[in-house]
Amino acid sequence: MVLLVLLIVPLAASLALAFIGDRKFAPEVNILGSAATFAASIRLALQVYEQGPILAGDNFFFVDAFSVYLTVLTAFVSMTTSIFSRRYMRREREHGTIGSRRIRFYHAMFQLFIFAMLLCLLTNNVGILWISMELATLSTVLLVSLYRTPAAIEAAWKYFILCGVGIALALFGTVLLYFAAEKVLGAGGAALHWTNLAKVSNQLEPTILSLAFVFLMVGYGTKVGLVPIHNWLPDAHSEGPTPISAVLSGLLLNIALYALVRCKVLVDGATGTNHSGHIMMGFGIISIIVASFSLLRQKDIKRLFAYSSIEHMGIATFAFGLGGPVATFGALLHMLVHSLTKSSIFFTVGHASQMHRTQEMAKIKGLIRGNPLVGWGLALGVMAIVGMPPFGVFTSEFLILTATIKDAPWFAPFLLLGLGVSFAALFRRAQPMVSGERPPYQHRLKVAHLPVILHMLVVLVLGLYIPKFLAEWFQTAVGLLK
Amino acid sequence: MIIHPLFIEIAQVGILLFVAPAFAGWVKMVKCWFQGRTAPSLFQPYRDIRKLFAKDVTLAENASWIFRFTPYLVFGVSVMAGGIIPILSTDLPLSATADVIALVALFAIARFFTALAGMDIGTAFGGMGSSREMTIASLAEPAMLMAVFAVSLVSKSTSLSQMAFVISQGHSMLRPSLVFALIAFILIALAETGRVPVDNPATHLELTMIHEAMILEYSGRHLALIEWASMMKLFLFTVLGIASFFPWGIAQSDDLLSVFLSFPVLLFKLGIVGLGLVLIETGLAKMRIFRITEFLGSAFLFATLGMLSYFMLE
Amino acid sequence: MNMQLASQVNSLLAALILLTAFGLVVQRRMNALLHLFAWQGFFLAVSTAIVGYVGGVRDLYISSVLTLSMKVILLPYILHKLIVKLRIHKEVETVVNIPTTMLMGIVLVIFSYHLTAPIRELSTLVTRSTLAVALATVMLGFLMMITRKHAVTQIIGFLAMENGLLFAATSATYGMPLVVELGVALDLLIAAFIFGMFFFHISTTFDSLDVDQMARLKEED
Repeated sequence: MVLLVLLIVPLAASLALAFIGDRKFAPEVNILGSAATFAASIRLALQVYEQGPILAGDNFFFVDAFSVYLTVLTAFVSMTTSIFSRRYMRREREHGTIGSRRIRFYHAMFQLFIFAMLLCLLTNNVGILWISMELATLSTVLLVSLYRTPAAIEAAWKYFILCGVGIALALFGTVLLYFAAEKVLGAGGAALHWTNLAKVSNQLEPTILSLAFVFLMVGYGTKVGLVPIHNWLPDAHSEGPTPISAVLSGLLLNIALYALVRCKVLVDGATGTNHSGHIMMGFGIISIIVASFSLLRQKDIKRLFAYSSIEHMGIATFAFGLGGPVATFGALLHMLVHSLTKSSIFFTVGHASQMHRTQEMAKIKGLIRGNPLVGWGLALGVMAIVGMPPFGVFTSEFLILTATIKDAPWFAPFLLLGLGVSFAALFRRAQPMVSGERPPYQHRLKVAHLPVILHMLVVLVLGLYIPKFLAEWFQTAVGLLK
Repeated sequence: MIIHPLFIEIAQVGILLFVAPAFAGWVKMVKCWFQGRTAPSLFQPYRDIRKLFAKDVTLAENASWIFRFTPYLVFGVSVMAGGIIPILSTDLPLSATADVIALVALFAIARFFTALAGMDIGTAFGGMGSSREMTIASLAEPAMLMAVFAVSLVSKSTSLSQMAFVISQGHSMLRPSLVFALIAFILIALAETGRVPVDNPATHLELTMIHEAMILEYSGRHLALIEWASMMKLFLFTVLGIASFFPWGIAQSDDLLSVFLSFPVLLFKLGIVGLGLVLIETGLAKMRIFRITEFLGSAFLFATLGMLSYFMLE
Repeated sequence: MNMQLASQVNSLLAALILLTAFGLVVQRRMNALLHLFAWQGFFLAVSTAIVGYVGGVRDLYISSVLTLSMKVILLPYILHKLIVKLRIHKEVETVVNIPTTMLMGIVLVIFSYHLTAPIRELSTLVTRSTLAVALATVMLGFLMMITRKHAVTQIIGFLAMENGLLFAATSATYGMPLVVELGVALDLLIAAFIFGMFFFHISTTFDSLDVDQMARLKEED
């Protein structure tokens, strides 16, 4: 029941917003819809916490510890983003960057995007998982090109084409998966249900599944933004509206990684080895290294943090590939804290670039003097994202690093190198932006306080202690992903 | 009644020598019909050859032995090829000694010497023709081998007799590999025999000609032999295509009756092929010489797809 | 129709699909590309129907009709309308070195053959041998998207990839579950809507649909 509410609310909000259009209260409706979704997700989380995994709707929906925390996270971040986007989009509207038709489009697509991501997390069917991933891509493509500048259109086209190809390869992997499953489970929709597949995963043909995993890895890996198929990510982040950058980085990448990890469990069950893990570790470590060095060369503030997202998704992918209780726990936590921190950073970045009317880092100065919330928010966000204690990212990176030194010591130097370089690069860039005098061209504007404060608070809390229910969920999820 | 295979061999060479000009004449005739012109007689090529034989040979001052030797070699090679390809029957003594690869090599020898002869005199046209001919050859020959290999994969042999035998026994009509190989073969045959859209046998336009440019200096009996050999080449490619793709009707024993019966079948098939050739030639325009790479590239592609689809689909 | 004949017809259709995939990679003219694409969809639809008939799978008929209406009628029609409206219907695109592209295509086909070789051994369906062709079609669509520089041709490459995927689904498994097939079709429809919008945006912003002009977003050193 609560599952249906969770899915229907964003869908209904999307339709409603398409009709409301550019009325004065449209952003409020957007916030309301997201808040209702968040409430429903809390309700669902409580239910899962009390009763354990839920199978519903003729086995069509499945929620376990792994998907439920991501569901809550998705609903939460989309709620805060909608609060942020109210101020942000109003400013853009006043500025004349976008017209009323595009506001209507933006709101409707934003809710549709949330719907697609929630469907990804809640469905039990691997085929539907693919379909909703594709839907999530398609709903954001036109959001990336919302400003209709040449650069924005180019970015969106690249995003559309690259992710289209990637996701097509993932479909081929899914077909192969079904091909293997059909022999064991018989034809029909049930053969694609993850719960059924997980039960019989040791009977699935290992050769087919290893091949399928290669396609799934490349396919979903494109959406995770792993090197060398990451090209779309910095462009899409830098040219799209900032709220979209926040949800792309904070949510969509997570969902893609979620899909990949779900498939990995099946493949590992069939092959009985950790080959798929090795592939993931390879992609992960390359992403960390390449992204951290790319950070050094960035001039655009949103591109900078987009590369940082690639790096952090690399870390999570690497940790999932490494396996083992500590690394997996670290990876789950990392997905959570990275998502919260990164979207908070994008909120501040959005305000900062609006204050300076540019995304060029060289021109952004004196943020703390200009607006303490934006300045301190960015400073603390960067501190958190580079892994300084006492923030949550430190905890997760520490766990992952410990596990690496224990299980795969050869990788530890590379991991440390990546972390070190990105630490230096981000700090070097962030320090001049937040400190110093206000430049004369800086505008004062009203900013959304709540999202940044909420996010940073949660990240701080997670760095100091992990609540019991979350730790239990993570433990269960670690058990599932073994 | 059983006849000795040697007689079949002799009959084949005879057919090659004396039906080839008529076939060329047939193609020309049908073409004229299609274009609404009055057609020359079917026997016009014979008259042309006779006329050329009666004329004197004019040799350039600096012509070497290669120039004089080439017409005989080209003619001889063509006659020999007629002994390898099953025209009337698959039971050929020569077929056992020379397979399809040898056949391609024979054509290559003839081409090699024609190209040398083209350059021998040292005129600009001869050199240009030779260079173009070798460009085409370097692309057509691999494609040709690939196309024939696709067929020989199906028949599990490179001997032409064996190939014709197996294909005519085959029960399945729907073999994608053979379809691809056939398309490739048609494209290559058009290029090899110098037909439109690759070359135009009826013109001496200096910018476009290929084969004609090489033999521009020939006269008298030399020219007769070369012209005759090129008619035989057209005929040979036709019967090669028939033997590899439509071998139904070719005799499979030494029985006199079946060998005898295969002759009208052959004539019927030749008639059809001539018609098809004319359809292609009137339907297409001659392409620019730089597009020939693409043309033969696609022939190679088809041939390779034929081979691959044998492995993938059969 | 007996099993033997059905499997042969299906192989022939597979060969034709592969052929159209190659045709798409090397064809220069917009209109010819659309025709080739429509033919590919048609072969796919026929093949799906035959497999459905042989395997006794009703769902495949729906999938076949879906392919027929989307890939043969609707999408080519939309694309045709778009390219007429954007005045590119007579455009001849310069394609980088066709023979090289062909050779790359052949290599891709061999690669897909090797990749699917272990699976072929495991499958028991009459259609199993076509899986290699399906993968090759996907790869060739991929190749087309890389080598072509025009927005419309890239989209056709994308759709050809999708054709290959559907073909893989029918040839390996008698089709995916219906709900998945329908979902894929829905996504395709949305994608069609999106690229239609894109063509207008790109052509108004860049005055051409040549994606080579889109080179603003590069890593600066």
